[in-house]
Amino acid sequence: MSAVPLPKRLESLLENSQNWQAPPPVDTIPIGIPEIDIAAGGLPRGCLTEIFGPLSSGRMSLLLSILAEATARAEVCALVDAEDAFDPCSAAAAGVRLERLLWVRCPHSAEQALKAADLLVQGGGFGLVAMDLGDTSLQSAWRISLASWFRLRRAVEHTPTALVTVARQSNAKTCASLQLECTRQRTDWSGTCGVSRLLRGAETQVTAAKKAKKSGICLPVFTAAAI
Amino acid sequence: MFACLYGSGDLTALACEFSPVVERSAPGAVTLDTTGLDRLFGFPQNIAAAIARRAAEYGLDIRIAIAANPDAAIRAARGIEGISIVPQGDEAKFLSMLPVTLLDPSPELRETLDRWGIHRFRDLALLPPLGIAERLGVEGLRLRELALGQTVRKLIPIEDPIRFESELDLEYPVELLESLAFMLARLLNGLATRLATRALATNELHLRLKLENRTTHESRLRFPVPSLDTKAFLKLLHLDLEAHPPAAAVIHVWMGANPVKPQAAQSGLFAPLAPEPVALKLTIERVKAITGEDRVGSPELLDTHRPGAFRMTEFTGGRGKGAACVTKTSPIQLALRRFRPPLQAQVSLAAEHPCFVAAKNIRGKVQDHAGPWRMSGDWWTTYSWWREEWDIALAGGELYRLYREPGGWFVEGSYD
Repeated sequence: MSAVPLPKRLESLLENSQNWQAPPPVDTIPIGIPEIDIAAGGLPRGCLTEIFGPLSSGRMSLLLSILAEATARAEVCALVDAEDAFDPCSAAAAGVRLERLLWVRCPHSAEQALKAADLLVQGGGFGLVAMDLGDTSLQSAWRISLASWFRLRRAVEHTPTALVTVARQSNAKTCASLQLECTRQRTDWSGTCGVSRLLRGAETQVTAAKKAKKSGICLPVFTAAAI
Repeated sequence: MFACLYGSGDLTALACEFSPVVERSAPGAVTLDTTGLDRLFGFPQNIAAAIARRAAEYGLDIRIAIAANPDAAIRAARGIEGISIVPQGDEAKFLSMLPVTLLDPSPELRETLDRWGIHRFRDLALLPPLGIAERLGVEGLRLRELALGQTVRKLIPIEDPIRFESELDLEYPVELLESLAFMLARLLNGLATRLATRALATNELHLRLKLENRTTHESRLRFPVPSLDTKAFLKLLHLDLEAHPPAAAVIHVWMGANPVKPQAAQSGLFAPLAPEPVALKLTIERVKAITGEDRVGSPELLDTHRPGAFRMTEFTGGRGKGAACVTKTSPIQLALRRFRPPLQAQVSLAAEHPCFVAAKNIRGKVQDHAGPWRMSGDWWTTYSWWREEWDIALAGGELYRLYREPGGWFVEGSYD
């Protein structure tokens, strides 16, 4: 028998098993790429996640992977397309169930895209709302006030919806709970130039920018294959 | 008292003008309950004359009979030309000379009656009931009662289909949408209450506005599931009228609802998250008000080889489109971001391959390329097409899809 009195033992047991002061664990959506899922822990629901990087850095491939994963689980998703750049054929090839995807086309209008995303988040019921500002010019993206991002973050808070934005650079700053930065690594070609050359895919490095401050740098790499 | 109208034409409409209780008794015969009409017209002869006048106005040539019971009236109307008033208590005597075929006996019974030499109502009425019961059974007894004009029964009235419609004449023309919304809310609430009392819901609303310039504005709203959410209906009507405003001030509002059974399905306890259908419809309409009507929906790929062919379909949230599978099976694919419309490009060639590309916001030396991939299609139609595609990498590392067609060079999109 231990000499420690029973109440003390009980207290120590409870302290070890459960931290009552800690916030509840955040529900996440898998990204669909195991390396990134392990490193970043998935996309948090009720939060804003930013995916950013230069052109051809694999941002859209990453987003399609997320959409494919979510629609495969029969979740209803929405894509607000600020530049009308979404290609349904690529999405279908990536495994996105198009019948579960609401596509909002806002040609060349980031302002319309913000309003539409706000309405969709407030409408409720979506598992994922993605806003694609990937081709929006840097000036237009910078003109979106921080207050608008705060409003979006506030709207999505305490909801089971994950809000994802794709852009060339980080716009939401502190409003984003997770920032995934995509970097172009290399492009895979095969065959002889001019004879049987073929684009095989592109390798992308993803850095979880915001998580890096807490849990160290994570640098998973994924390769997107050409269709 | 009961009146029977016998002839051809829309007898039901004529009968409904005189009585709410109308029965379709036989082909070409309609019976109505004339109880209370004596206060309006007086004697049965006057009632029959009023019906005959109205029939003449309709252009109908009919026979009319009035009797104390519906069956006597029906037989009299079928057997006697013009107007007949069957005296109460003397039905048997009045109907005595009518042929037994008017009683609609079964073929076997008719043959038996023929063999017995019974051709008139009077002959059948004189037979003893016990003997008829022994020889002809229940049907024989029923025919005897009909021949005597002594049956007692109630009419089986035609059920008028319940219409969920409501209308409002405005005292002055309404121009503002906000003012009109108050009227619409009043009509909607009334319709919803009537539907709810019959345990019904609606999946379609029909709005008809009469305008000051003597034209009509109509709109029809369809809902994905039956509902009674009047707030959502009102907002949807408001958005629809904002998108398609009436051409002039409104002087009359008519609204109809299609009654259907409410949705009685319960989603699974572990079913994934999905928007509530009416709320989703409302959200989509709100987004459409911002972006435009044809810019919101679900993409559907077309069965063609033409690159990028798709059409927009109404988004329903994927209801009834198969169950969820836990993980996706497709590998990660390099996505294409399209330029809509494709960017016209200036391309320099070296050894038949692109070596320099210049388009809007794109300019650079081609570092690497793959192609050309030659494609064509629809050559059997007037919309034939052909193109040569290249995948190119510029010096900065950007990947583009470039193509050449009869109209020149274009950048279709970037790989991302």
